[in-house]
Amino acid sequence: MISNLKKGDGPSTDSFVRENIAWMLASAHRIVGDRYLAEDCVQAAFMNVFGKLDDFKGQSSLRTWMHRIVVNQALMSLRSRKRLQERSLDDLLPAFEAGGCRLEDPWTTLETPESLLVQSRTAEYVLSAIQRMPDIYRIVLLLRDIEEMSTSEVAVMLELSESNVKVRLHRARSGLKKLLEPLLRGQEL
Amino acid sequence: MTVSRPTLRRRVHGMMFKLPLMITCSEFESFILAYLEGDLAPRQKSVFEFHLKICRECRDYLTAYRASLELAKDTLGVDRNYLEDHVPEDLIKAILAARRA
Repeated sequence: MISNLKKGDGPSTDSFVRENIAWMLASAHRIVGDRYLAEDCVQAAFMNVFGKLDDFKGQSSLRTWMHRIVVNQALMSLRSRKRLQERSLDDLLPAFEAGGCRLEDPWTTLETPESLLVQSRTAEYVLSAIQRMPDIYRIVLLLRDIEEMSTSEVAVMLELSESNVKVRLHRARSGLKKLLEPLLRGQEL
Repeated sequence: MTVSRPTLRRRVHGMMFKLPLMITCSEFESFILAYLEGDLAPRQKSVFEFHLKICRECRDYLTAYRASLELAKDTLGVDRNYLEDHVPEDLIKAILAARRA
């Protein structure tokens, strides 16, 4: 298939694009948060893929290689539009007493993700919560937990150390928990 | 002065965590990611899990932390399905045309 793609074979290219475009659009959309920008990213990513096919050595699967390309394209698009927000997440992080004891409101109700997913507004609520997170935390959360990249891959992509990625990931997950608390406590929807 | 029940409980809680092999909730917090990633040494893991057994606040916190992550993954999975049903044909045609050019 790759050799047909390199030759620019029409039917092979057509089926290759149709097989891969949906997941590439979904990945780009999660990062840039806009459908039309995601389409631009995917178009540019396909051109990159076609242009770099000779560089593909098969050290990873073709999909993994393409995934890196589309994520990089989406990150470039995000950076070109604005400086990534570095603002703090402190107000969303857990609180502790001076002695180190956690301050956590008692949980009398904990809705399950399964029960919440059947509610039509859940998706909108969760997406809006994720979009409200500062970019540098949101992107780490998306790449590690949703795009399922490794810590080292994320570190390379974002030019951060692996330990920095881990710190940001834990903070992002803590922030996510705080943002979704009203939903999980059954106080929303 | 009357000490309210939650404060008394937290004080006892605070004293307990000064015992050997015990960690405070804030120390527990700093180990959560390593625990979930399977990066704790066996001894660290047992100290972490012991805290989890005796501290309701941290147990509730970790349960909600995991639930919110699962909810985000499931929700974005739904978003993925939505997108798969809505791939614009004109985008496909534009990519194929650019490849031919």
